Amino acid sequence: MKEIEFRIDRRSGVAAYQQIVLQTKQALRLGVLLPGDRLPTAKEVAESSAVNPNTTLKAYRELEREGLVEPRPGMGTFVRQSLAQPQAAADSPLRGELAAWMDKAREAGLEPDDVTALVASLLQERYAGHGASAARSHSRESEERT
Amino acid sequence: MSTVMGDRGSAEDSAIEAYGLGKRYRRGWALKDCSFRLPAGRICGLVGPNGAGKTTLMGIAVNLLQPTAGTVRVFGEAPGPGLGAAGRRTAFLAQDKPLFRRFTVAETLRLGRELNPRWDQRTAEDIVRSGDVPLTARVGTLSGGQRTRVAFALAFGRRPDLLLLDEPMSDLDPLVRHELMSVLMAEAAEHGTTVLMSSHMLADLEAVCDYLVVLASGSVRMAGEVDELLSAHTLLTGARTDEGMPADLAARHTVVESRTSGRQFTALVRPDGPVTGDLHADSPSLEEVLLAYLRTPGAPPLISPSAHAGPHPHPHAQHTQEAAA
Repeated sequence: MKEIEFRIDRRSGVAAYQQIVLQTKQALRLGVLLPGDRLPTAKEVAESSAVNPNTTLKAYRELEREGLVEPRPGMGTFVRQSLAQPQAAADSPLRGELAAWMDKAREAGLEPDDVTALVASLLQERYAGHGASAARSHSRESEERT
Repeated sequence: MSTVMGDRGSAEDSAIEAYGLGKRYRRGWALKDCSFRLPAGRICGLVGPNGAGKTTLMGIAVNLLQPTAGTVRVFGEAPGPGLGAAGRRTAFLAQDKPLFRRFTVAETLRLGRELNPRWDQRTAEDIVRSGDVPLTARVGTLSGGQRTRVAFALAFGRRPDLLLLDEPMSDLDPLVRHELMSVLMAEAAEHGTTVLMSSHMLADLEAVCDYLVVLASGSVRMAGEVDELLSAHTLLTGARTDEGMPADLAARHTVVESRTSGRQFTALVRPDGPVTGDLHADSPSLEEVLLAYLRTPGAPPLISPSAHAGPHPHPHAQHTQEAAA
């Protein structure tokens, strides 16, 4: 029944609840957790990693706000949605286009570091306001509401 | 008074509310004008140097000591002799974990059952069994970790809504500490117990506490949500000036502690607005924040909104308070 066990690194400097959020998302991306799976209860997480139950529940609330999981009263917290992206699969058109572009970059004499820098700068430009920094400010905002 | 949504989804009641609490012994005040609120359902660390008043505060909350000044409410009631609601709902584990050494583990639990109308034998036995402590062993023959486990079983068997633990882990090795912390967190998860736990092991507290009360020289230096307390602080490093920290920074923000080394200064501040200048700003760890407050007795206290207690703090509080004894 228990599909995953969280590994909380006390010395990482990342808050324990964020580690639970990140590890759950990682499991959702990798398909380790599938829709309908039950997340470990706060008690189970406490037993395995001595994590404060409020920390686990806080992480689950954040996942719930993002629409990834849902609590079912008296039963636990269940996965609603997978994060595995079919558009990013090995045979997807998006991946094919990127592969073709990268071949061109190599022909043009770009080193791997040049490619990484180019991708990173475009990522920043096109995804401005998305991603990690946006997620962080979102979570801080929601903390203040609790 | 507005109600705040609690972490376990219900409106947040107060587990403990202290207002102007003071205790004077012959050698002076052990606790002085101590005010704070601990919302129900929290796992709260009680931190402070030796002699800061932690044990005194716990003693008053469980009615082992009478305050010299001020009031304390436990779930809205004054702590009274054992039979009052506040007493029934509270369990206290003293630092020396007093148990009868000649009793067997089973006899110890039996005593708990006889003395407590709300006794939960299964919870108590489960805690003992999951640590492979034989029920027939005499308490005096157990290891420190096993004895602490029996003391935990006795405390949780009372099904307390508030559990106070005075230095519960001080004499245990890291493995046993982790194991017992897991027991504590799992039981708190299952029963929604509010925990107030004093400790010198800051790293341990950082791992398990979501709430914090910091005492120094008998008064509250900091109280509130760990997340709030952390995010209220910034650690600044930069080039020092003649007086150490640049004066405009000190004027604009609340400085908890600043230190200089060579050409550099480091300061823990509570920013009042954006921090500008040629500085490196970093988020401090809980340990860094705690140490800064403990080292700097003159630093202005920080009490987060949920930890504020007033003279008429709660609708359920009885208004029979004011300067006792």
